[in-house]
Amino acid sequence: MKVEKEILELSDVTVRFAGDSGDGMQLTGMQFTNTTALVGNDLSTLPDYPAEIRAPIGTTYGVSGYQLHFSSSDIQTPGDSPDVLVAMNPAALKVNIKDLKHNAYIIININAFDARNLKLAGYETNPLEDGSLEGYNIIQVPLSKQTSMALEDSGLSAKEIARCKNFFALGMMYWLYSRPYEPTMKWIKDKFKDAPLIASANEKALMAGYYFGENTELFTTRYQVEAAKLPKGVYRNISGNEALAIGFVTASVKSGLPLFLGSYPITPASDILHELSKHKNFGVRTFQAEDEIAAITASIGAAFTGALAITTTSGPGVALKTEAIGLAVMTELPIIIIDVQRGGPSTGLPTKTEQSDLQQAINGRNGEAPVVVIAPSTPAECFNMALEAARLATKYMVPVLYLSDGYIANGSEPWLIPNPDDIPEIKVKFRNEKEGFAPYLRDENLSRPWAIPGTAGLEHRLGGLEKANITGNVSYDPENHEFMVRLRAQKVKNIEKDIPELEVTGDNDANLLVIGWGGTFGSITEAVARVRNSGKKVAQAHLRYLNPFPRNTGEVLKRYKHIICPELNMGQLARFLKAEYLVDIDSFTKIQGLPFKSSEIETKIENALKGL
Amino acid sequence: MSEQIEVKDLKITAKDFVTDQDVRWCPGCGDYSILAQVQRSFPDLVGIKKENIVWISGIGCSSRFPYYMNTYGFHGIHGRAPAIATGVKVSHPELSVWVAAGDGDLLSIGGNHFIHTCRKNVDLKILLFNNRIYGLTKGQYSPTSEKGKITKTSPYGSVDYPFNPISLALGSGATFVARSLDRDAKHLQEMIKRAAAHKGAAFIEIFQNCSIFNDGAFDILTDKKTKDDNVLVLEHGKPMLFGANKNKGIIMDGAKPKVVEVGNGSHREEDILVHDEFDESPVLATLLAHLSDDPAMPTPIGIFRQISKATYDGEVEAQIHTVTDKKGKGDLEKVLFAGNTWEVN
Repeated sequence: MKVEKEILELSDVTVRFAGDSGDGMQLTGMQFTNTTALVGNDLSTLPDYPAEIRAPIGTTYGVSGYQLHFSSSDIQTPGDSPDVLVAMNPAALKVNIKDLKHNAYIIININAFDARNLKLAGYETNPLEDGSLEGYNIIQVPLSKQTSMALEDSGLSAKEIARCKNFFALGMMYWLYSRPYEPTMKWIKDKFKDAPLIASANEKALMAGYYFGENTELFTTRYQVEAAKLPKGVYRNISGNEALAIGFVTASVKSGLPLFLGSYPITPASDILHELSKHKNFGVRTFQAEDEIAAITASIGAAFTGALAITTTSGPGVALKTEAIGLAVMTELPIIIIDVQRGGPSTGLPTKTEQSDLQQAINGRNGEAPVVVIAPSTPAECFNMALEAARLATKYMVPVLYLSDGYIANGSEPWLIPNPDDIPEIKVKFRNEKEGFAPYLRDENLSRPWAIPGTAGLEHRLGGLEKANITGNVSYDPENHEFMVRLRAQKVKNIEKDIPELEVTGDNDANLLVIGWGGTFGSITEAVARVRNSGKKVAQAHLRYLNPFPRNTGEVLKRYKHIICPELNMGQLARFLKAEYLVDIDSFTKIQGLPFKSSEIETKIENALKGL
Repeated sequence: MSEQIEVKDLKITAKDFVTDQDVRWCPGCGDYSILAQVQRSFPDLVGIKKENIVWISGIGCSSRFPYYMNTYGFHGIHGRAPAIATGVKVSHPELSVWVAAGDGDLLSIGGNHFIHTCRKNVDLKILLFNNRIYGLTKGQYSPTSEKGKITKTSPYGSVDYPFNPISLALGSGATFVARSLDRDAKHLQEMIKRAAAHKGAAFIEIFQNCSIFNDGAFDILTDKKTKDDNVLVLEHGKPMLFGANKNKGIIMDGAKPKVVEVGNGSHREEDILVHDEFDESPVLATLLAHLSDDPAMPTPIGIFRQISKATYDGEVEAQIHTVTDKKGKGDLEKVLFAGNTWEVN
């Protein structure tokens, strides 16, 4: 009997897929995301996976999750609390239940709720029976069983069939949220073109899930989320790491410099190395080095020869590269160090996000060793900031430290793709004239000439010993050392004239300013919008340049009675702002390896407003 | 006539490789000779333009080398010269890239970069200035110091076993492995030229005297009175003979090399092991590397082994060409608009 189901219009949904790290939850989430992007919703994602590749099956520490927030209007974050959880086993339920909205839907793979799995998840009683899930809408789907039935004749082993259940779940969710299944069908065909049996089984599982949704009496309602009204143009869904990688390919094309990436695999930065390794036809040279130090020093060597040289890593890798960054400061070579921050110190929380490398980026070297520090604020902005890093490094002959973080690196959002012809050139000029050449001559920006090996008559030596200005000869002269230290600092400081002023959004006449940097942009923006929607006045500013700060930063800060600075660390930016501008900062911090929920910042703002 | 004069003027000489910097090594340091031999051999390097030569170093006395060579140069940080040099070479394979490193620099702090550079067969020429001591930090034992060495950090004798650099280079996959002496100008020049001609990771261990902290460490190999009996000069295709009258030679006794007298009736020259520096197998070269582990045996100098193998930088370049031929030159628009896209009107 066919059930007629009502279609309910929603403006905003947050879904979380959760299961064992081997259950394919990241893949399921990404497929749902891509399809959702194609439907035209605005979206934001948050993958959350354990550091272990395949932690013991059924345990809570092996749970991998993927959260997606999609909407018919403009959104900034992956959502504070899911409206729907798909839990593939008891462990996935246990780990995620605390994050859910009251009366959220929980779609459960009932076949996984056996005594063994309940015990592995640490449940003493079955939560489906003991009343602990009261207040939630539980939908028990025989997901494993239905998948097996659908694939009875597939010719696959029971184990292989079990692996297809994520596609069943995906199909079911496509039906539930009125999404087309065709993009995933196409993806399966392409992905498994060399394994036709697997391809056909996954296709069948997807369709079985879709029709299960349509036919089952478990779902009485189907949902729809209209396309969002985004600015005109062509979009793709993009993660921060992808955007960063193709940003540097673009920078290479726009500067005419061949791209060299020296890197050593590290979570969560490895995807950049993966992506750039594909682009050999752009002349991209990727050097998978023996260690972090070789990765950066090879990049310095490449920069010496005139390459657009970058190195990608995370916090522990930056620690290892510290001495080499100082060498690039001293030799005044343009290299870009990309730090995709993760929870620290030491190995810390490799797969979780944090903003705790700001101090390391600005100050973490021996001697007075200033570098430019920049930070993108959203996944898509990682593209533009790559171009900006390349522009500043080559124009000022200076290392640039690019602070991304695990949240924006792995998170994704729709990106309005720019027309390649509209992206400005990055002008780079190598020194060719022999006449009057000296390796540490200065131009109007205090930059020294970039004279590369192979240029006859410009043979010169660089190195980490202090240099005499202009000649570049080794110099131990006390006055020269002080002069050079100040010159290198001034060169970086001057960049404030060449970067945008700090922009303030929200209410001009507010008493309260929320200032942030990097990946917290989405949560802050959403929180500020909510408070303003309730009729209160709040101003917002977000720093993309951390060294030097935009030239008007001090003036902006002095305009407000109260300044809140939310950060995923112990207040590192707040300390820099206080020290630099002698203003009081209300530091608001979280150090849990997780992004801020907008509601956390919202509450903070509300409370601060009460005191004003 | 005028043509001849022009050729003479254009000819690069050792002097062209001298910089205006004062050389600041201690009097009597072996580094002076190494610098001189490099400057003397470089004009003879075939097909290499001066502007295409790059010297890279790390930290240590010998790492000041680039400042004294009028080529492109880079004085890096401790131990990292092979990695910096790899970046230079991979970015610009047409450059001739040379590394000057001491035993502490290359084998202690930089050991990792050294073995991986050899393993990858990056086309670099690595000169190890091995004086078996830390000079610039004023006299501590190094990873090539002999066990039991008395130094500032080992007043009761070091308890470390030393590296055998030749064996390490062979084991790591260097495709050209040689040894020479700072005081044997002719031999050292020969080795430098041979290394320059080799395509791939070329390693020369140069025994170098530190006149301050390890003076005389190699006297037995350089002193006129003792050197003939203690140095075995390896030459391809020639029997391994040594001694003032070439009256001693190496034979194989099972799998062990052994010294025998030649010409006194017991052994003839034909019995003596013949050196094959192009041997595909590293076995003989490794035996020779360990020959002097026994103090009764001579110390070999010369090329232990050189083989031909595709280089890392060459393969990187080749892959770029192959992929470009297959996929076409990179099209930015294709990359930006890759994957699933949708249009908002």
